[in-house]
Amino acid sequence: MRIGADRDRCIGAGMCVLTAADLFDQDEEEGLVRVLDGAPAADRERDALRAARLCPSGALAVTDGA
Amino acid sequence: MTTAPLPELPGMPTARPAGHPFDPPEELAGVRPLARIPLADRTPGWLVTGFAAARAVTSDPRFSTRSELQRLVLPRFGMPDRMPPAPPGMFLQADPPEHTRYRRLLTGRFTVRRMRLLTERVERTVADHLDAMERAGGPADLVTAYAQPVPALVICEILGVPAEDHARFNGAARTFNDPAATAEETDRAWQELYAYLRDLVAAKRSAPTDDILSELTDSDLTEEELVNVATLLLAAGLDTTANMIALGTFALLLHPDQLAVMRDEPAAVDKGVEELMRYLSIPHTGQRAALEDVELEGHTIKEGDTVAVSLAAANRDPERFPDPDRLDLRRDAPGHLSFGHGVHQCLGQQLARVEMRAAFPALLRRLPDLRLAVPPEEVPLRSEADIYGVEALPVTWGPEGGGR
Ligand code: HEM
Ligand code: SF4
Repeated sequence: MRIGADRDRCIGAGMCVLTAADLFDQDEEEGLVRVLDGAPAADRERDALRAARLCPSGALAVTDGA
Repeated sequence: MTTAPLPELPGMPTARPAGHPFDPPEELAGVRPLARIPLADRTPGWLVTGFAAARAVTSDPRFSTRSELQRLVLPRFGMPDRMPPAPPGMFLQADPPEHTRYRRLLTGRFTVRRMRLLTERVERTVADHLDAMERAGGPADLVTAYAQPVPALVICEILGVPAEDHARFNGAARTFNDPAATAEETDRAWQELYAYLRDLVAAKRSAPTDDILSELTDSDLTEEELVNVATLLLAAGLDTTANMIALGTFALLLHPDQLAVMRDEPAAVDKGVEELMRYLSIPHTGQRAALEDVELEGHTIKEGDTVAVSLAAANRDPERFPDPDRLDLRRDAPGHLSFGHGVHQCLGQQLARVEMRAAFPALLRRLPDLRLAVPPEEVPLRSEADIYGVEALPVTWGPEGGGR
């Protein structure tokens, strides 16, 4: 599983951080998403997918593959 | 295009079912996910009531929030059918890329981490107000004693509004949201607030302090933009959180088993707040205008059409939330639409969460026998307001006889 984030789309709503604080953060300056762990263990897949689904701006992509 | 005819309602319903003050108007459930309604000027509009469709509309850049493109969904006394463009800086009514420019200036100030740093200060504000309530003794109006002043103090503090001016904002915010207010009253409230904020911004420019307004004077915003951004933050942050705290407490008082969960299970507080947000949907209706023809649920929404989005109905869509009319604080179903969706999703949501996560449990733990001081059907509801809630919530606590 790979996590990608498009900071140009991100609107800093923080849903990702709220959902999985070990995978996502918001930078101090702009409040935009930063992926902390772009290739997390399989047991984090559920929360990663959940964060991507909840993201209001469609800035997150979770894809298969190592 | 499918030609299956859509259901049509005679108008946007607002009346809550008798005896069920927390449920959306009954008509809405019968017309999921999409229906036709006449708008305030009797021209045809669209009504979205399904969860998936509501998310689709609010996250689609082909739908705009610009005020000059909207038609009013509900008649508002003294308001013209067509609105002028919002002034620069009112970014809730702006589309990307204008919207993006303003929002980007602020997102860094409202992150999850920054807002959590405020937790202690919010808890202190909450405790101060509970102290005052206890000192004064019951009965009390929870709205004026607790639900309104706590968020007002917090937002004013982070914006940099001096404490002695808070009362003016509460009055102004209530006027904006009061459907009974005349156009003149609303106008006057805006002008007062605007004049005050203009002075405040000038003061921050000459003597910056540690707050958002001072920081924004350092940006490339014009004076007018800055004042409008400040107005938006105040208007959006005051009445919403206040109504959630008051209506949420009312709902818990009528669901004692759920009240006990909020009071006694610290681990359930975060999810419980999300569930109250979903269940109550205080910003019950949003709206958008189509910038071009858009297919939705097999129908073509034409360029220029106004679409009302019932967040309240979408949050009760059984396809998304099983047993949707049940208030269940342990429900694990994130993703309600009460902070909106798409690029306009609430900027202040992490602040609102910190406030609600502090306000509900503290109130219920400090006053474990909190109860209504009037029969539930006598609690005055804000059925006509854009932000749903209660006008007042008479409560009492302590030994019997302290109440009615
Ligand atoms: C429980 C409390 C709150 C609720 C239910 C709420 C609800 C909402 C909703 C539904 C929207 C989106 C409107 C739309 O898409 O048409 C929104 C936007 C917004 N909210 Fe909140 N809000 C709350 C608290 C706050 C607070 C405390 C602030 C303080 C700063 C705030 C500031 C804003 C701003 C600035 C926007 C516009 C965002 C944009 O257009 O990008 N809100 N809010
Ligand atoms: S949820 Fe989406 S919009 Fe919000 S901070 Fe995360 S990536 Fe950005």
